[in-house]
Amino acid sequence: MADFDQELDARGLNCPLPILRAKKAINGLESGQILRIIATDPGSVKDFEAFAKQTGNELMDSAENGGEFTFLMKKG
Amino acid sequence: MSEKKLAIIATKGTLDWAYPPFILSSTAAALGYDVMIFFTFYGLQLLKKNLNLKVSPLGNPGMPMPMGMDKWFPVIGTAIPGMESVMTMMMKNTMKKKGVASIEDLRELCIEAEVKLVACQMTVDLFDMKQSDLLDGLEYVGAASFFEFAGDADVTLYI
Repeated sequence: MADFDQELDARGLNCPLPILRAKKAINGLESGQILRIIATDPGSVKDFEAFAKQTGNELMDSAENGGEFTFLMKKG
Repeated sequence: MSEKKLAIIATKGTLDWAYPPFILSSTAAALGYDVMIFFTFYGLQLLKKNLNLKVSPLGNPGMPMPMGMDKWFPVIGTAIPGMESVMTMMMKNTMKKKGVASIEDLRELCIEAEVKLVACQMTVDLFDMKQSDLLDGLEYVGAASFFEFAGDADVTLYI
């Protein structure tokens, strides 16, 4: 996985908290910077795709490993 | 891209029905929507400074009950005095365990995200509710104000 500028641990959180926390974290980034998010909510896979589509941020990568989901989101 | 708008009418005052308006509003705000929730009738309970929301198994056959009580004592099992408090406590514990946010937290996130919380003046009067018992900074409005916002909303929900 590529480098990232900030990491958000959203493990154990359920809908809609991973999205809300990610939004807050992205607000603090500069355009082009990358946020790495780790979540355990299986619903977050589709939700981060939908979030990226609607907010103009780019979901660069989405991966699953042992029940943990990792996302790379580049601020648009 | 012009800002999208979400308008919600919240009419229910139980713990379970408190979730949809606050989950959808906080998420919509995070997606860039301009959001208004119009609280009327029992929905006004969701605006109280001190929330005391309960979930009721009564008249709710979809609600899972402990020890199969709903199977052995249908209807009566759900009407036993104190059952509401027991079910509310169990629901809150389960939610905490599963990482579901509390209503207090979701409501706070909505306020932070500048979701407009408006109270129906007519039902506030109807129930003799005191403005001092409700959140500070609310607007007290009528149906016309709802339409002023919702008239050109992209999504409008009645909950």
